[in-house]
Amino acid sequence: MTAVSRTATPSRAAGQGDTVQGDAVPMVSIRGVGKSFGTNEVLRDIDLTVNKSEVVCLIGPSGSGKSTLLRCINFLEVYDRGEIRIEGKLVGYSEDTPRRRLSNRDLRDLRRNVGMVFQQFNLWPHMTALENVAEALVQVRGMDKVAATSHARRMLDRVGLAAKADSYPARLSGGQQQRVAIARVIAMEPHLMLFDEPTSALDPELVGEVLQVMRDLAADGMTMVVVTHEMGFAANVADKVAFLDRGRIAAFGTPREVFHESTEPRVQQFLQTYHERNSF
Amino acid sequence: MKFSVIIDAFPYLLGAAVTTIWVSLLGVLLGQVIGVVVCVARQSGGRVADMAGGVYVSFFRGVPLLIQLLLIYYMLPLIGIDVPPLVASIAALGLASGAYVSEIYRGALNAVPHGQSEAALALGFPGSSIWTRILLPQAFRISVPALVNELILLLKASSLISVVGVAELTRTSQTISASNYRPLEIYLAAGLIYLAINGALALFGTLVERRLQQA
Ligand SMILES: Nc1ncnc2c1ncn2[C@@H]1O[C@H](COP(=O)(O)OP(=O)(O)O)[C@@H](O)[C@H]1O
Ligand SMILES: [Mg+2]
Repeated sequence: MTAVSRTATPSRAAGQGDTVQGDAVPMVSIRGVGKSFGTNEVLRDIDLTVNKSEVVCLIGPSGSGKSTLLRCINFLEVYDRGEIRIEGKLVGYSEDTPRRRLSNRDLRDLRRNVGMVFQQFNLWPHMTALENVAEALVQVRGMDKVAATSHARRMLDRVGLAAKADSYPARLSGGQQQRVAIARVIAMEPHLMLFDEPTSALDPELVGEVLQVMRDLAADGMTMVVVTHEMGFAANVADKVAFLDRGRIAAFGTPREVFHESTEPRVQQFLQTYHERNSF
Repeated sequence: MKFSVIIDAFPYLLGAAVTTIWVSLLGVLLGQVIGVVVCVARQSGGRVADMAGGVYVSFFRGVPLLIQLLLIYYMLPLIGIDVPPLVASIAALGLASGAYVSEIYRGALNAVPHGQSEAALALGFPGSSIWTRILLPQAFRISVPALVNELILLLKASSLISVVGVAELTRTSQTISASNYRPLEIYLAAGLIYLAINGALALFGTLVERRLQQA
C-alpha cells in the first residue's frame, strides 16, 4: 500500500453497519441469544462479550447449556433468537435479510477463522498425526501438499509432538491426540479458538500437558472460549469466567469475582460440589 | 468318474472362468459406483433423492437376479436399445450389486462417529471434501469384509448370466457336458474352479483388512 492511498483512507472504520472501529470491535459479541430444542429452552437471553486476546471460561453444571452456547458461536448449532457476532460479522444469518441463513460458502469463510477443540478429539483415524494437521490446509486453505506438510510439521513441533508426526491416532495417548487436535486448529491460524471440555476425556495424569499447551496459546495472545471443569485453569488463566445455570449466565466476572465474591447461591453450591469431589 | 474328461475340458473351463472373473469384476465396479452414488444421494440429497434411492434398493434387492437379467435383456430392445448379452449381464450384475453396496455403505457411514465430520465442518471443509476425505474412506474401511462377501456372492450369481448365452464358466460347462455326456465330471470341475476363485478372493479380503488395520 502506498503512502498516498493510506492518507486517502484515514480511518479504519470497520464498515459493518456499526460505527465501532478497529480494536474496539470485540472478538465475540453475544446479544440476547436464545435456543430451544423442541420445547426444551436450553439457552435464555445470553449476553457475553469476548475481547481480543481474552480467555473466557464457561463453567456450570452438566446440562446447563455450555456446549450448546459454544457450538452456537461457530454455528454448529443454530440459535433461534438474538445475535452473535464475530469480529463484527453476524454469525449464521444474512446481515440484510433478517433470519435468512448464510450460504454454506459464507459459513465456511466464517468457520475457517474459528477453531474448535472437542472433548473426544475427533482426530481422523485413517490419517497420521501429520496428515490430520495438513488436511485442512489443503482442503480449506488451498495450500499445495508440500507447503501444507511442512507447515503442519511446525505446528506439531509447537505442541511438542514433532516426533509423533507419522503415528496414527490409535497409537497416541489421549493427551497426545488432543495436542494433535490443537495443532490441527492452530495450523489454520484462527482468530478465535473454542474448547469444549478439552481435558474431560483424559486420564488425570495427561490433563496437565494439554492445559500447558492451552496456557502457551493464551500467553501468545490467542482469544479463547473454554468450557471446562478445570477450576484451577479457570482461576489462573481466564480473564473472565461465566457461570451457566439452566441456560442463563448466572454469574460473570473475573475469576476472583466469580469464585470468591459471588453471592449467587448456585455458584456456591456448584463450587462446593466441585471441592468435595476433588478433595481426598 | 473319468478324470481324463476333466483334463481334456480343463483349458476350456479355465478360459470360461476368466470370462466369469472379468464380468464379475466389471459388475462389482459398476456396483461400487452405483452404490456410492445412491448412498451419498440418499444421505445428503434431500427427500426426493432418498425416496428414489429407496425404491431402487427395494426393487433390486427384492426381485430375483435372474428376473432382473431377463427384464433388462428383453426390455431394452423394445425401447430401441439393442444390448449384447454381455452388456446386459454386466448391467444387471452392477445394478443388483449397487443396491446391496449402497446399503453396506449406509450401515458403515452410521458407524462413523458424528464428530468426524463435525471436526471437518468446524475447520471450514466444503461438503464434497468431507465426503471424499473423511466419510467415504472410513466407511470403505469398515465395509471391506462386507464388500468382499458381496464380491463372492456376485461371482456365484454370475452363473445366472449363462441363460442369456454368455460363455462364462457355467454356460461353458453346460455346452461341454452336452457334447461329451459327462456332466458329473464337468460340473465337479466347474464347482472346484468357483471354489478356488472365491477362496482366493476371501484370502485377498483378509489381507486387505489386515493391511488397513495397521493404519
Ligand atoms: N442435539 C440436541 N438435541 C436435543 N437436546 C439437546 C441437544 N444437545 C443438547 N441438548 C440438551 O440441551 C441441554 C444443554 O446441553 P449442553 O449444552 O450439552 O449442556 P452442557 O454442555 O452444559 O452439559 C441439555 O438438556 C441437553 O439434553
Ligand atoms: Mg457439554
